[in-house]
Amino acid sequence: MAEKNAAPKDFGFGEDEAMLRDLARKFLDEQLPVETLRRLVAEAPEPIYDEGERARWDEALWKEIVELGWTGLAVGEEEGGAGISLVGIAGVVEEVGRHALPSPLIPTLSASLVLREAGGPVARTILERIAQGATASLAITGERGSWDPDAPALEAREDGDTIVLDGMACFVQDAFKADVLIASARLGGDVVLCAVEAGAAGLTIDADHIHDLTRDQATLRFDGVRVGGDAVVSREALGALRKAWPGLLVLVTADLCGTSEWQLQTTVEYARQRTQFDRQIGFFQAVKHPLVDAMVEIDRAKSLLYHAACEIDRGSEEAETAARMAKSAASDAGAFISDRSVQLHGGIGFTWECDVHIYFKRSLHNQVLFGDGVHQRKKLAETLIGPIG
Amino acid sequence: MSKAVLTPEQQEFQEYARRWLAENAPPPPPERLPITAIEVMTVGQRDYLQAWQRKCYDAGLVGADYPTEYGGGGHEGFQRIANMELGRAKVPFLINIVGLNMAAPTILVHGTEAQKEKFIPGCLSGDEIWCQGFSEPGAGSDMANQQTSAVPDGDDWIVNGHKVWTSLGHFAKWMILITRTSKDHKYDGLTYFLCPIEGHDGVTVRPLVKITGEAGFNEVFFEDARVPDAYRLDDVGKGWTVAMTTLTYERGAAESAGSGGGESVHPTQRLIELARDTWRDGECAADDPVTRDAIMQRAIVAEGMRQNGRRARVEALCDHPMRLPLQQKLTSSEFVQDNARVGVDIAGAKSTLYKLDERAPSKGYWPLAYMNSYGHTIAAGTNEIQRNILGERVLGLPKSK
Ligand SMILES: Cc1cc2nc3c(=O)[nH]c(=O)nc-3n(C[C@H](O)[C@H](O)[C@H](O)COP(=O)(O)OP(=O)(O)OC[C@H]3O[C@@H](n4cnc5c(N)ncnc54)[C@H](O)[C@@H]3O)c2cc1C
Repeated sequence: MAEKNAAPKDFGFGEDEAMLRDLARKFLDEQLPVETLRRLVAEAPEPIYDEGERARWDEALWKEIVELGWTGLAVGEEEGGAGISLVGIAGVVEEVGRHALPSPLIPTLSASLVLREAGGPVARTILERIAQGATASLAITGERGSWDPDAPALEAREDGDTIVLDGMACFVQDAFKADVLIASARLGGDVVLCAVEAGAAGLTIDADHIHDLTRDQATLRFDGVRVGGDAVVSREALGALRKAWPGLLVLVTADLCGTSEWQLQTTVEYARQRTQFDRQIGFFQAVKHPLVDAMVEIDRAKSLLYHAACEIDRGSEEAETAARMAKSAASDAGAFISDRSVQLHGGIGFTWECDVHIYFKRSLHNQVLFGDGVHQRKKLAETLIGPIG
Repeated sequence: MSKAVLTPEQQEFQEYARRWLAENAPPPPPERLPITAIEVMTVGQRDYLQAWQRKCYDAGLVGADYPTEYGGGGHEGFQRIANMELGRAKVPFLINIVGLNMAAPTILVHGTEAQKEKFIPGCLSGDEIWCQGFSEPGAGSDMANQQTSAVPDGDDWIVNGHKVWTSLGHFAKWMILITRTSKDHKYDGLTYFLCPIEGHDGVTVRPLVKITGEAGFNEVFFEDARVPDAYRLDDVGKGWTVAMTTLTYERGAAESAGSGGGESVHPTQRLIELARDTWRDGECAADDPVTRDAIMQRAIVAEGMRQNGRRARVEALCDHPMRLPLQQKLTSSEFVQDNARVGVDIAGAKSTLYKLDERAPSKGYWPLAYMNSYGHTIAAGTNEIQRNILGERVLGLPKSK
């Protein structure tokens, strides 16, 4: 770990990446100011998720996002995508988090990363569709909610030329917005990866009732869903899932860094303007110091994020370690600034009226996605200290 | 083009520095070296370290970016490279930390031509050791509350007062000194001097013992000590502004000269080794999930600091130019402290054994490092003060004063 940090590097974040990030910021600043976000997701006091209903999102805005080519950010140029480095993508996703954009972007990017690792003609076809604007999500987590690529969601069996999928895929992100679902299943001793169309026969999508207002989540029931050869992405997908895993962690981490930065800036703004005891509350060290501590934690997460993305782009063996460190730091930083952002807003912070709740919930959701801080450190310890016993 | 990319000259210098350090790393010291420069207390340690700094200076690894007329190398962007290579080579640190990191850069900004020529070369070579006389019994965090007085007398000033916590004071030839020259204004009543210490009439240096039981720093008494006006740095009444320049360098917000290695093993690796060697309640500490989590937390902070340093040089990834540099002191000192504390916790019963006990893990390093770490979280402005500065300067929160 010591050696590779000795020489100064630039994370591969150059002018192109900065331009892309700044464009994303400007676009979302204009299209999704917090007043619009509030109207979009938090209008009704108790959000109601009807069965099959898509969570609130602005489809017109999404069309523009597709036109900007964001769905294809993680798709290679050969498949018609932008083939942007993960470092560049992290910059965009940070902005997405900063604006708490309700959209299937992150699940679609996640699916792209898995498909790219899997490779092959089926993956290529789906990646081409994604580059043209199709949306996707990963159905790779079973009922127990394992944070492990080795624990596929479903059971698969072969029936002539087809594969039949049974079981439940849980915690599927933005499932109602996905055109295609990338599902993992156990087939004998192997893990297969299949592309299942949203309307496939035998597939039921049940909405989960979740606190996060900026996304939807669903439980998918597979009752003998049949997929033909043109939908089997890979018959030995474990390697691909493991290889893609650090990238998936990086996407969530980038979103967390964005939400955390918004929470920090918004709370600082409030501390500068809210007056009690004839002073701005930001004067008091009980307010000032935790905000500084939050900044320190957020900056740590951000630096680790860019390091991780850079290691993945380099194909480094340290990629998983770097990504787990980043996710751990971002989950903990997110938890801390979320806590302070509500507390330091006082009574108003506890209400539905104050925008901080939107970010609080998105962050809370992201803190556990693909494993919380403790989980990441448990996995890290296996690498850096060795297995127990 | 990114700032991190080296010019051909810088690249060549990097290769030279690496090669030179590999060939010239000094033989093992005659006695155990302290962890940082401010703890150097014995003549043996001093001589050894002073010789090492002189050698590095002669090789062009110290003062590389200073003008040649003040004894520097006259280069641009070389010192950072030298610092990095010194750190990487795990060689002993440079002893003249106050001269190098605080006095020289302050004199370069505020000094007269004559002062720059007289003082800077000795700072760089380490031939003249410097100390810092900012703190007093009543002026710590409230640094402007100086009571040590300087009264004009012909071409001299007469200094009276009491400074405390003066690191390296017992070896110092010179002191950067803040005095009160007017009682009418708190901040504008201060004046900054380059004051002779060693063997100077009216100056008494008395060692103080640290929490660790080791000699640590000093107090310095001034009784009608004469300081020539030629040693006044910048204008009368401008001492506060000058002191702020010093602090900017001291707190690491601006890059100056290198500190070198010190720690020979990666701190987290050290914790892992300790855990592997420690049995608690019949179980190896390295197998205990709570211990594993604590070590991993430290590992993440350590890696985060390294990556912060790297990100600080990528402008497009920094929201505010001082945001990361000003965090440096806070995070690194708390890291050192937390890390040592985890070591104490892992060692358990054995953490009670101190330096002289044969059975003490790592020769008593963990409790020693833990106690010493308060030097980092208190010296150069306590971490509470650092949080104020970060909150006010970077986050723009209202000032506490
Ligand atoms: C190892 C070591 C080496 C040193 N070397 C030198 C040296 O070479 N030269 C030199 O001049 N000085 C030196 N110092 C002194 C150091 O700069 C002071 O100790 C430090 O600035 C704190 O001042 P104080 O000790 O008077 O504590 P105080 O200022 O009395 O502080 C006591 C406590 O109150 C807190 N506090 C005070 N004001 C505030 C505030 N506004 N907001 C929040 N909390 C506050 C502090 O954080 C601290 O926790 C050294 C100190 C140490 C420990």
